[in-house]
Amino acid sequence: MFPIEHFLYLGAILFSAGLVVIITKKNMIMVLLGVELMLNASNLNLVAFNQLYPENINGQMFALFVIIVAVCEAAVGLAIVIQVYSLHHTSVPGEVDELSD
Amino acid sequence: MNLTSILFYSFEALAALSSIALIFVRNVFHGALLLITGLLALAGIYVLAFAEFVAVTQILVYAGGILVVIIFGIMLTTKLSGKPLLIEHAYRFSGTLAGIGFFALLIFSIVNASFKNLPPPPTRLTEIRTIGVGLMTDFALPFEVAGILLLVALIGAAIIASSTKSNKT
Repeated sequence: MFPIEHFLYLGAILFSAGLVVIITKKNMIMVLLGVELMLNASNLNLVAFNQLYPENINGQMFALFVIIVAVCEAAVGLAIVIQVYSLHHTSVPGEVDELSD
Repeated sequence: MNLTSILFYSFEALAALSSIALIFVRNVFHGALLLITGLLALAGIYVLAFAEFVAVTQILVYAGGILVVIIFGIMLTTKLSGKPLLIEHAYRFSGTLAGIGFFALLIFSIVNASFKNLPPPPTRLTEIRTIGVGLMTDFALPFEVAGILLLVALIGAAIIASSTKSNKT
């Protein structure tokens, strides 16, 4: 059993790193990696608080469903990235600008 | 400092370092490998946090599923010229500012929060039997909805990725 703050510090680091990755990278796949990192930061907090209440499993269940949603997001997101690449021949989000002025 | 603490803090350091290195890396393939390293370290932390089923799910789903999908995505979006895919960084200043600001906000909240009234620490793992019974009783509806969501995502991803350029023209 470890202090709960240490889990929370790691979650904060993961979430902030994911945020920076999403903002700064000029590649759609790296943006998806940043989203995965942020989802896992939330999962870490759910598991960390669930361990204090061993008689119920709500936090672990929520973490499992977050993992399921992350899988769906990765699969559909990468399919869209591949399709955009075959249409526009780029994987930089800023260069797909057909609808802008 | 016993062996469990050493393991726990090494896993934490591994996860933190790989996620921070993901900010600076410029090769997408190296980024995918760094992400998987961090997520496997998180699985180790889950085991030490008495959630072994979530840990096994994490390893199976991320190392077995998402890594393969991401590497396929990287291979299909490069021109296969033999050169590694290097990417540019944009919005460096505002991104760093947003990240540091949000991190400071989170650390401020955690430091100021009081964790004194928490229950006593547990000493046993959650049994997998408990999770199985929970999935079939209390969480039956979310379980079924998750199954439908996975089916929809599977069909959707297959259809989106399979429509090639030939039927556009």
